[in-house]
Amino acid sequence: MKIRFQLNGQEQRLDVDGDLRALDVLREHCGVTGPKEGCGTGECGACAVWMDGVTRLSCLTLAAQLDGRDVTTAEGLATDGPHPVQAALAELGGVQCGYCTPGIVMTAAELLARDANPDRDAIRRAVSGNLCRCTGYHKIVDAVEEAAQTMRAAQEDK
Amino acid sequence: MMPVFLPDTLDAALDLLTRDPAACVMAGGTDLLVHLRATGDAPGPLVCLDRLRGLKGIKTDGDTVRIGAGVTMTELLASPVVRDFLPLLHRAAGVFASPTVRNMATIGGNLCTASPAGDTLPPLYVMNASVELRSPRGERTLPVDRFITGPRRTCLERDELVTAVTVPIPVDFDIHHFEKVGQRAAQAIAVVSLAALVALDGTTVHRARLAWGSVGPGIVRCSEAEELLEGQRLTLTNLRAAAAAVSNAVTPISDVRASADYRRQVAGNLLLRLAAL
Ligand SMILES: Cc1cc2nc3c(=O)[nH]c(=O)nc-3n(C[C@H](O)[C@H](O)[C@H](O)COP(=O)(O)OP(=O)(O)OC[C@H]3O[C@@H](n4cnc5c(N)ncnc54)[C@H](O)[C@@H]3O)c2cc1C
Ligand code: FES
Ligand code: FES
Repeated sequence: MKIRFQLNGQEQRLDVDGDLRALDVLREHCGVTGPKEGCGTGECGACAVWMDGVTRLSCLTLAAQLDGRDVTTAEGLATDGPHPVQAALAELGGVQCGYCTPGIVMTAAELLARDANPDRDAIRRAVSGNLCRCTGYHKIVDAVEEAAQTMRAAQEDK
Repeated sequence: MMPVFLPDTLDAALDLLTRDPAACVMAGGTDLLVHLRATGDAPGPLVCLDRLRGLKGIKTDGDTVRIGAGVTMTELLASPVVRDFLPLLHRAAGVFASPTVRNMATIGGNLCTASPAGDTLPPLYVMNASVELRSPRGERTLPVDRFITGPRRTCLERDELVTAVTVPIPVDFDIHHFEKVGQRAAQAIAVVSLAALVALDGTTVHRARLAWGSVGPGIVRCSEAEELLEGQRLTLTNLRAAAAAVSNAVTPISDVRASADYRRQVAGNLLLRLAAL
């Protein structure tokens, strides 16, 4: 079927099977490899993307469902340099192998779009569907806290 | 390859189901797609409900709350109506899977999956919710405990959709309690869960409605425990007597998450929490 959607600000027009996974469309057809397959069954969050600003699992979304949507991946979050969450994860050691990182980034950035000043507990709850086999999560939580601070400071400067 | 349709009206969706007997309904896809991948099944066309505005929305007339079948767990959590009038359902949505799964999973899908571990089910059972169904033949409404007929079985007809669930607002109850025991804090399927509504007359129990999840082939109501509590104070001694009745009444299985004995014990023990409330 023919689908048309925005991906990180660029229009995509594709002719694909409607029952392909959105994850495969993004990776194989659009060459956007931020979203990763960890489990393929909704458990790990590595495939998380935004669809119309809402975080969804692209492994449990079908190609057909992309039609008409505005999709953002970790690549698209970085506009004028890396997003504050991306910068803080790199700086504070919230990334080791990096497999979970694009998913964590999408979930954490969605949290910060909703809540400018989340406490550590809220951050933990927000990323509770994102599995990380490496970091032990502490540094991820540190990084999201730091990113929140950076974003609040930038807001005040404006 | 399964063709995927995205109807934007209820009539168009019903028409697709009528035209192809192999057509399969998909809402959030969090059960269906996992199941299809695990089994390798490829049913007929998928009729995806996510463009169906008519299945969205939470409304109340003061006596009941009507929740569209396409309402997600995130939308339940964000709704002041659900928070204020249906606290049991609000708590169930709050411990459901993870935030990202909650953005996708619908209440209609939770009902139709009819798993004994479905988190919204014990609350819907104790609140005497009804399920609204629509097919080309018209509409019908069934109490939730008649809609669900067994583990993963409902009386949904092939060409029928769940359109909404209506929940009478529980007004005369003093205690609204929901607890889910899982293997971890997030992304856990219930090992045992309990929804309880208790009306007190001073300090004695006037009426109790209790429902357990994950301890039998379906949601378990235990009238014996309810009767044991009625007319009694919520002391640990009285609750222990009711808990023993519960442990006898449930018929759990052993699986990867827990043993039957553990579930039996915890099903009773969850009642003891009512003493602390
Ligand atoms: C990682 C993960 C964690 C999970 N954790 C939990 C949890 O903590 N608690 C819990 O209860 N569940 C959990 N689930 C299961 C699942 O998310 C829920 O059962 C969810 O409510 C299903 O809703 P859905 O919209 O995704 O349904 P779908 O998967 O789209 O559909 C499920 C079934 O219902 C049918 N259906 C759906 N909507 C309708 C309708 N309106 N009319 C007719 N038929 C319909 C479909 O045909 C299908 O058979 C989890 C799933 C995953 C993948
Ligand atoms: S790959 Fe989608 S949640 Fe794991
Ligand atoms: S950094 Fe390796 S999985 Fe998170």
